[in-house]
Amino acid sequence: MAAKLAMIFFSMILVNNYVLVQFLGICPFLGVSKKLDSAFGMSCAVVFVMALATAATWPIYTYVLAANGLEYLQTIVFILVIAVLVQLVEIILKKYMPPLYKALGVYLPLITTNCAVLGVTISVIDEGYTFPEAMVCAVGAGLGFMLAMVMFSGVRSRVEEAKPPKCFEGLPITLVSASIVSLSFMGFGGIIENIFGA
Amino acid sequence: MKGKAKILTNGLLKENPSLRLVLGTCPTLAVTTLAFNGLGMGLAATFVLICSNMAISALRKVIPDKVRLPAYITVIATFVTILQMLVKAFMAELDSALGIFLPLIVVNCIILGRAEMFASKNNVLNSALDGLGMGLGFTLTLVCMGSIREILGAGTWFGIRIIPESIDSMTVFITPPGGFFVFGCLMALVIFIETKTNNRVKRGVGCEGCPSASMCHGNCETAKGGEA
Repeated sequence: MAAKLAMIFFSMILVNNYVLVQFLGICPFLGVSKKLDSAFGMSCAVVFVMALATAATWPIYTYVLAANGLEYLQTIVFILVIAVLVQLVEIILKKYMPPLYKALGVYLPLITTNCAVLGVTISVIDEGYTFPEAMVCAVGAGLGFMLAMVMFSGVRSRVEEAKPPKCFEGLPITLVSASIVSLSFMGFGGIIENIFGA
Repeated sequence: MKGKAKILTNGLLKENPSLRLVLGTCPTLAVTTLAFNGLGMGLAATFVLICSNMAISALRKVIPDKVRLPAYITVIATFVTILQMLVKAFMAELDSALGIFLPLIVVNCIILGRAEMFASKNNVLNSALDGLGMGLGFTLTLVCMGSIREILGAGTWFGIRIIPESIDSMTVFITPPGGFFVFGCLMALVIFIETKTNNRVKRGVGCEGCPSASMCHGNCETAKGGEA
């Protein structure tokens, strides 16, 4: 049990990294990774919302949708649950935890339409995970997102100072450097199976 | 009539969603390992775009301004669910190839973006044409990406062998790093052509393309530190 959880956790961070290997959440990855603090703030909000969204959608799917043969409503129910949840969290944070709201608040609306959040809730269902496995997977995915964002913001601050050919300036050179960072993550392939012996 | 043709062709080149507006980056990178998958994803998104644009345009006077985003998301999610059922029933192969990216069309910025920018302000026919044009522009980019990656990475094109098997193919192109690399180079090529023809557009994953812009009132700008 513990070994399986650990395997899911580390493979979500390293081998199946959401941003660099599975291409989920590329918009914030390219948009908000310019500065380290905003990259970190955004990823904290993503970890938080991913865990919360999975905690809400997994029981809804298992006990309401699947129990009544309504699996086909998955997409529509999940996106609405996530949208409502994000709004709710925003209101609660604003009222009761102003410092936290100040740190995460601006990123929260951006997250509703973030494909990484919807992606993790759907993929834990597709994989047939149990509730603890689903939660570990969601937190792992969020931390993987954070790792990619924080690492890439460092790379990006260097790239900003470089002088690439004129037509590569801006987004193209950012994409090419993302390719190299992604290449380094390919090196983790197979490592998890070897460590946890599955 | 000229206006209609303009709306239709707008999405193909002038406002190509992936390469010029930088929308829908995730599926552009993820599903283009094969040209066929790119085509399938592009057509799937086109279907949803046309349907949702038409429905939202028809309902644009009924939906109250305050709740328009949840309403749009519900409309889009409905069409995505229909699409998922159709693909599962008739194209099982495509369903397994696109995997999670099929339901994720719901959060594809192109669709919500067009609903917000075009369908909510124009009539049904124009919105349908805009959806078709944008969808085809998206498909064009995806097929382009898919072709480059498939030919270089696997030596085939739509499953037909182009490069003889005796020459080793560069597998890196069908892995995730190859996706980033090809997309970056393709965008650089487009910028190069734009510079030559003097109509360069400003690119950024900024608020113009962000469907959440109306919710955050540009607050993210301060967080992002200006233009992204």
